[in-house]
Amino acid sequence: MSADDMITEPVPQEEAAVEMERPAMEVDIACAGFGPAMGGFLTTLTRAWNANPGDPCFESKSVPGMPLQVHCYERSDNISAGVSGVVTRARGIRASFPDLNPAEIPMAAEIHEEHVLYLLDPIGASRRSTLLRLGDRVLRAAGPLLGVRNSAFELPWTPPFLHKQPGLVLSIGQFNEWVGSQLMEGGLVQIWPGTPVAAPIFSRHAVEGLRQADQGVTRGGEPDAGFMQGMDVRARLTVVGDGPVGAVSRAIDEQIGLPEGHARREWALGMKFVIEVPEDSPLKPGTVWHTFGFPEPEIFGFLYVHPERLVSVGIFVPSWMGDPQRTSYRYLQHYIQHPALWPYLKDGTLRSWGAKSLEESGKHGEPFLSGDGYARIGEGSGSTNMLTGSGVDEAWTTGVQLGEAVLELLRAGKPFTKENLAVTYETRRQASWVERGAQQAASARNGFHGGFLSGLAGMALAGLSRGRLSIAAHIPPAHRQIASSTASLKLEDVAALSVADGRPLHDALMTARGWPEIAFDGRLLVSHQDALLMGGKVQAMPGFADHVIFRDAGLCIACEEKTCIAMCSGQALTQSAEGVPAFEREKCVHCGACLWNCAHSPDGEHGNIEFRAGAGGLHSAEN
Amino acid sequence: MEELLHIVVCAGIVPDPLQTLEPASGPGGPALKNEMALPAVLDPWAASALYEAANLAAKNPGSKVWLVSLGPKAKLQQVMMTVAQKASFQLVAIDGPIGGFADAHATAAALAETIVTLPGLERERLLLFGGWESATRGAGVTLQLVGERLGIADQFQGVDQIEFRDDGSFEVLERIEGGKHQVSVCAGTPAVLGWATGNLAEPRNNPQVGMANMRGILPALQKARPANLAANGLRYLSLSLPKAQRTTRLVKDSSPKAIAGELLAWLQEE
Repeated sequence: MSADDMITEPVPQEEAAVEMERPAMEVDIACAGFGPAMGGFLTTLTRAWNANPGDPCFESKSVPGMPLQVHCYERSDNISAGVSGVVTRARGIRASFPDLNPAEIPMAAEIHEEHVLYLLDPIGASRRSTLLRLGDRVLRAAGPLLGVRNSAFELPWTPPFLHKQPGLVLSIGQFNEWVGSQLMEGGLVQIWPGTPVAAPIFSRHAVEGLRQADQGVTRGGEPDAGFMQGMDVRARLTVVGDGPVGAVSRAIDEQIGLPEGHARREWALGMKFVIEVPEDSPLKPGTVWHTFGFPEPEIFGFLYVHPERLVSVGIFVPSWMGDPQRTSYRYLQHYIQHPALWPYLKDGTLRSWGAKSLEESGKHGEPFLSGDGYARIGEGSGSTNMLTGSGVDEAWTTGVQLGEAVLELLRAGKPFTKENLAVTYETRRQASWVERGAQQAASARNGFHGGFLSGLAGMALAGLSRGRLSIAAHIPPAHRQIASSTASLKLEDVAALSVADGRPLHDALMTARGWPEIAFDGRLLVSHQDALLMGGKVQAMPGFADHVIFRDAGLCIACEEKTCIAMCSGQALTQSAEGVPAFEREKCVHCGACLWNCAHSPDGEHGNIEFRAGAGGLHSAEN
Repeated sequence: MEELLHIVVCAGIVPDPLQTLEPASGPGGPALKNEMALPAVLDPWAASALYEAANLAAKNPGSKVWLVSLGPKAKLQQVMMTVAQKASFQLVAIDGPIGGFADAHATAAALAETIVTLPGLERERLLLFGGWESATRGAGVTLQLVGERLGIADQFQGVDQIEFRDDGSFEVLERIEGGKHQVSVCAGTPAVLGWATGNLAEPRNNPQVGMANMRGILPALQKARPANLAANGLRYLSLSLPKAQRTTRLVKDSSPKAIAGELLAWLQEE
């Protein structure tokens, strides 16, 4: 698309029928989303201002006489409502906080030991290829010699690219809270939670700010009681850090397009439990397990041990797992019951639960990093390293890089043009370890599109050759990665099972496939509905429009796969008699899985589901 | 008839009730595990009082609303980023400990001392608002004690509605047993009203209201004076969480009568 095709007026959101004057305000820097990347950006700005608040470069142009007006708008109801527990090398984070003491951040711990385990299938329900089954048989037979224990084979050697030492185990919720409180004490920036941003404001070549979501509207976006148009926040610089499924990021991608040859086609859904293990647990804080092979070969898993007997344990369900009946919650329940994990977890209590989409295209999905009046940072800017499976540290660092670039431009009195941002921000990023890592990781996961074993081989190849070698692959759009339903279970059979005993679709699918029923204990193994109410309870402010929209009802009605329902992390999408899934905003955790778990596309690239800006979601601070 | 009201809302912050709360023993006595790490919200009962105050002030032009809050400054600031978007008020911050384990008398003393020094506050126009309960560790007496210290005799608890009359008196609905309200008429201000839920929906987040409030909130936080809450010999002997139990069963082929019977039996057990 050429620049001339771009809209010259603010992007309309759910067009309100009534004519009212839209409220507007001006700031110097408007930011969308508060996560690690925005934390890095705002920390860099705040520190520079605190060091020299009288520096004229910090004088506001939007409010003369005041310091720089920096506003950050976050969708969720609290800045700690992150949904990720991570293990990170913390290279960039430590560079910002050289004296960082993990004890100051709840749930943070230094990494002390790392293990990589291949998990055999003790149940027999896992969909394994003949070759893999053969390999499993050999492993079992040679188990005593190779040290196979509890249906798990620990790799005697871990490739360096998987090492996270010396790094940290973190709860992103707690990390955000820790960073956010320091920022607010700093006094320069304002972080507004519960404020979803609907779209960027475009003007020809430039982004001129952010438009907040309308309130007081019906589910369909029509004005209702207490209608309040979303405010336009105009800014000299708009910083976009709203993550992989953020509405602002995607609007910019749609308007400006991606660089030639780039596309966002690889995704994964990370879902995890936070479990409090018994007092006599042998798991030491800072212990990290990476697993693969179970519950399905394509599903990678993890176990991170935090202080205070808290353990994050979870799985990643990738888009390249072609099965249309992919699901997460029940898989996670089977995962924690694997004999290698269960002895450590079985007497534990579920404290919290969460899920989020990970944008796994890496360099292949990198957008234009900046343009006139805007810059992209964090996961939504393609910073996640898909070889090392690391994203938080990279995201933080891209924020710091933009912060340094903005300071340079402010001090030089230069405007935030595409050229100036390219010279300052993009150059910094391209010369950094983030970019080197992204280059090495660019094609590391290609092999998975040819199968599990070729995927592992491809990762090893790319990792050991530092990205010089990789397996070539054509990566189709996410909707085409979902196999046809005819090759798998017939949805109507499963739906009948679902209707017959009132269970959710994903649960029925797993049972139909031969996975044993979960023996609920009301403490750790609980129904999906109960998980929504434990620890990280889900809430949504009334008065916002539905943020999950089905573009073409006909495609939904004809759809046999219904992958969006099976993969919905919060059971917010359910079957309806009409054929178009029913959406309950109050149960949505904003993981964004529905965005890429749709087998049908009205335009050949994107699925049939639109994921807009919305309020609410998980309230867990432990994720 | 419009009244020129000076409404002071006493509202603390509490851990977001949606979080998992766990009692713990700290060096200074009972505490909640990782409480400083839990996201905080304005105490929901007191939040109702704030929304009612803002509504009352809007209906009576020229009236003013102060929000007096005692808590750790950093936590207060975070909570204010959300609360400030919902209603217009002037914040008066007192830097103090988080949580409800402080002695209610000491807390009331700190609040009362602050309220009497509020510039421009006229006692004869004063409505002292707050929550009649707390979402966490509520002593249930703090607001009354503040009223006592301010010498206000007219006190109402469990309030759901206030309606001013032409002669400056006002009618108050207080919750009583059996889901009913007691109707009282008060001759006029000053008075203390401990709010139940009121009748207003939670206001929408309005960034413009937030921006207007923020001009006063940041300076108020900067000059928050520390509260020295004396223990007054208070000692906690034990601590436990309210019973919370959730069990889910899938029930099929059961008649409504049977289900109702089971629910009734369960309620009787409770």
